[in-house]
Amino acid sequence: MWDYTEKVKDHFMNPRNVGEIENPDGFGEVGSLACGDALRLTFKLDEDRRIKDVKFKTFGCASAIASSSALTEMVKGKTLEEAEKISNRDIADYLGGLPEEKMHCSVMGREALAAAIASYRGEKVEKEEFEVICKCFGITDKEIERAVKENNLHTVEQVTHYTKAGGGCESCHPKIEAIIDKVWGEKETKPVLVKPAKGEKLTNIQRMRLIEETLEREIKPALRQDGGDLELIDIEGSKVFVALRGTCSFCPSADFTLKQYVEAKLREFVADDLSVEVKE
Amino acid sequence: MKTIYVDNNATTQVAPEVFEAMKPFLQDVYGNPSSMHFKGGEAQEAMVDAREKVAAVVGASPDEIVFTSCGTESDNAAILGTLESHPEKRHIISTRVEHPAVWTLCKHLEKKGYRVTMLSVDREGRLDLDELRATISDDTALVSIMYANNETGVIFPIEEIGQIVKSRAIPFHTDAVQVVGKIPLDMRKSTVDMLSFSGHKLHAPKGIGVLYIRKGTKFSPFLIGGHQEKGRRGGTENIPYIVGLGKACELAARHLEEENNKARSLRDKLEGGLLERIPDTLVNGDREHRLPNTVSVSFEYVEGESILLMLSNLGICASSGSACTSGSLEPSHVLRAMGIPFTAAHGSIRFSLSIYNTEEDIDYILEQLPPIIERLREISPFWRDYIKASSKK
Repeated sequence: MWDYTEKVKDHFMNPRNVGEIENPDGFGEVGSLACGDALRLTFKLDEDRRIKDVKFKTFGCASAIASSSALTEMVKGKTLEEAEKISNRDIADYLGGLPEEKMHCSVMGREALAAAIASYRGEKVEKEEFEVICKCFGITDKEIERAVKENNLHTVEQVTHYTKAGGGCESCHPKIEAIIDKVWGEKETKPVLVKPAKGEKLTNIQRMRLIEETLEREIKPALRQDGGDLELIDIEGSKVFVALRGTCSFCPSADFTLKQYVEAKLREFVADDLSVEVKE
Repeated sequence: MKTIYVDNNATTQVAPEVFEAMKPFLQDVYGNPSSMHFKGGEAQEAMVDAREKVAAVVGASPDEIVFTSCGTESDNAAILGTLESHPEKRHIISTRVEHPAVWTLCKHLEKKGYRVTMLSVDREGRLDLDELRATISDDTALVSIMYANNETGVIFPIEEIGQIVKSRAIPFHTDAVQVVGKIPLDMRKSTVDMLSFSGHKLHAPKGIGVLYIRKGTKFSPFLIGGHQEKGRRGGTENIPYIVGLGKACELAARHLEEENNKARSLRDKLEGGLLERIPDTLVNGDREHRLPNTVSVSFEYVEGESILLMLSNLGICASSGSACTSGSLEPSHVLRAMGIPFTAAHGSIRFSLSIYNTEEDIDYILEQLPPIIERLREISPFWRDYIKASSKK
C-alpha cells in the first residue's frame, strides 16, 4: 500500500473545486486515458486579474486527484504571474510530500496550470523544437530536462518517477541518461566535439582535434599524477603515435597503460578503431 | 469497521484449524527431522503425514512432493532445474500472461541467451494451441504454462496442451498456484511433469510452497545443500509450515466441491449485480473457463487505485490491474496481452473470493461500489465527454 500523508488522503477523499467552469478564461488539459492519468483545469479571473474561481477534473490515482485538488487551492486568489511560479515541488510540499513513484502526479498539475495560463494569454503551449523521447508515454526531451533541473534528478529511475518517461518498454533509457548527463554535465568541462553516433563521421581535422582534446582532458592529468606524461607525435589513419615522457619513459608497465588506459580512453571518446603506438 | 476480504488470489487468511495444527510445532515439537533422536523422530513423523495429505490433494504419490519456501521458488526450481538437466537445449515456451514468478524469469533467461517464445492470448485471455504446435521444436527444453491466470481466473486447457508437449517428449511445467484447492487435480491421470503451488493461497501461511515432480523427470536441485527432500532441495525442512500446509490440503480436499459451489454462486451474484448496477462495466476474460472464485471487471473512465482506496476506506479489500497500484506505470501485462483497451485496463478491479465470504459481504459490496464509481466518474474529465458523445449518436 502507498504511504500517503493524511493531507493526500484528505484531498483524495474530499477533493476541493471539482468540476468545469463554463466559458473559462483559461483552459488546460494534460495527460490522456492511455497514460493512465489526465487533468483538465479551468479558471476564471476577477477584475484585478486574480484567479477568482478554478476547477479541475482528473482521471487518475489518489495522488493525481489530491495533487489537482491541492493545486486549485494553491492558485486561488493569485495573479497569473504568482501562480506561474508554483512548481511541482510546491504542490508536493503542500500535500506533505508524495511517494517518489508518484511525483509525476504533481508534475501533471504544474503542466496543466501552465497550459491553462498559456491558453488565457492566447499563446500556444511552448511548441519549441522538441523530440519525443519516451514513445510509450509521449514525453519530450524538454519535459524531461525541466523535471531533471527543477527536481535535481540524477537517475533514470527518478526521471521515471517524476515524468513517467521510461516507465514502459524502457528502450529510451539511454536517451534519458544522455539528457541527465547533458543537464548536469554543463557545469563540468565537456568536450566541444563529441564522438559521433554510429554511421556518422568526423572530418579529419575534427578527429585530430578530438584526439588532442581527449589526451589533454582525460589522459594526461592521470599520467601526471604518477609523474608520467606523453606527447602526441602523429596521427595516421586510425593509428595514434605518441612518445612517452617522465616516469612513463622507463616504466615497466608502460605498454599496459598505453593499451588499457590511453587506447581505451581514445576509443571511448573518439573512435572505436583507434590504436596507440609509441614513436620516439 | 468490518472487513470484507475479497482478495484471496493475493493471499488468504490462515484457517483456524491450520493455525491450531501448527502450534505444537512452534513450541514443544521443535526437532530437526534429520536428527537420530526421538525429537527428530517426532518432526519426521509429522512431515511424513503432512506430505501424504499434500500429495493427496493433487493425486500424487508422497515422494513426488518437494517442499519449497513459496510459489516463486517452486517455479524457479522447476524451470532452472529442467534447463540445467537439458543443457543442450536452448528454447523455452511460456505465455504472455504468466505470473511474474515465471514471466520475469523467462525475460531474464532471454537476456542470458535463451530463445523464449511467449505465446499470445486473445481478447478473452485464451491461448491459440496452433501457435504452440508451430513453435515447439527439438530445441525446446521446457514448456511452462500456468494452469489458471491470477488476474482473470481464466483456466488454460492444461491436459490438451500437455498432450502436444508430451508427444514431443518435452518436459511440461505448470504454475498451479491459483488452482490447487479450487478445482480437482489428479496427477496420476495428467500429462503434467511438474506443478507448482503455494500454501498461502489455500489458507496455510506464507512461506511454504510445493513443487510436484513426476517420478522419472530429469531435475537438478535449485537450492544446493543437504540431502533433504531426497536431494532435490537443500535446507532444513520448515516443519511447522509443512504441517500447516498438510492441514490446509486436507481441508481443501474435504470441502472442495461444496466450497466451489459456494464461491461460484457468490461470485456470480457479485458479477451479475455489478453489471446490472454500474453502466459501462466489462468482465475481463473467458467466463466459460474460469476459476469459480475470481472475477475481473473494468469500470470505464475511472482509475483502479482510486477505486481500491475508496473501497478500502469502507473495509473492502480487492485488487487492481491498474498501473498505479503496481508501482509500474503501465497497466497489468495480462490485460495488455489480452488487448483490453486502456479506457478499461486502468479501471480494472479483481475480486477473488474464499469460503469465508458470505452473502452479506456481496450485498455490502453491491451497495457500496456503485456510488464510488459514480463519484469517480464525476471527477473524471472523460466521463462527461463520453456521455455527451454517446447521447449525440
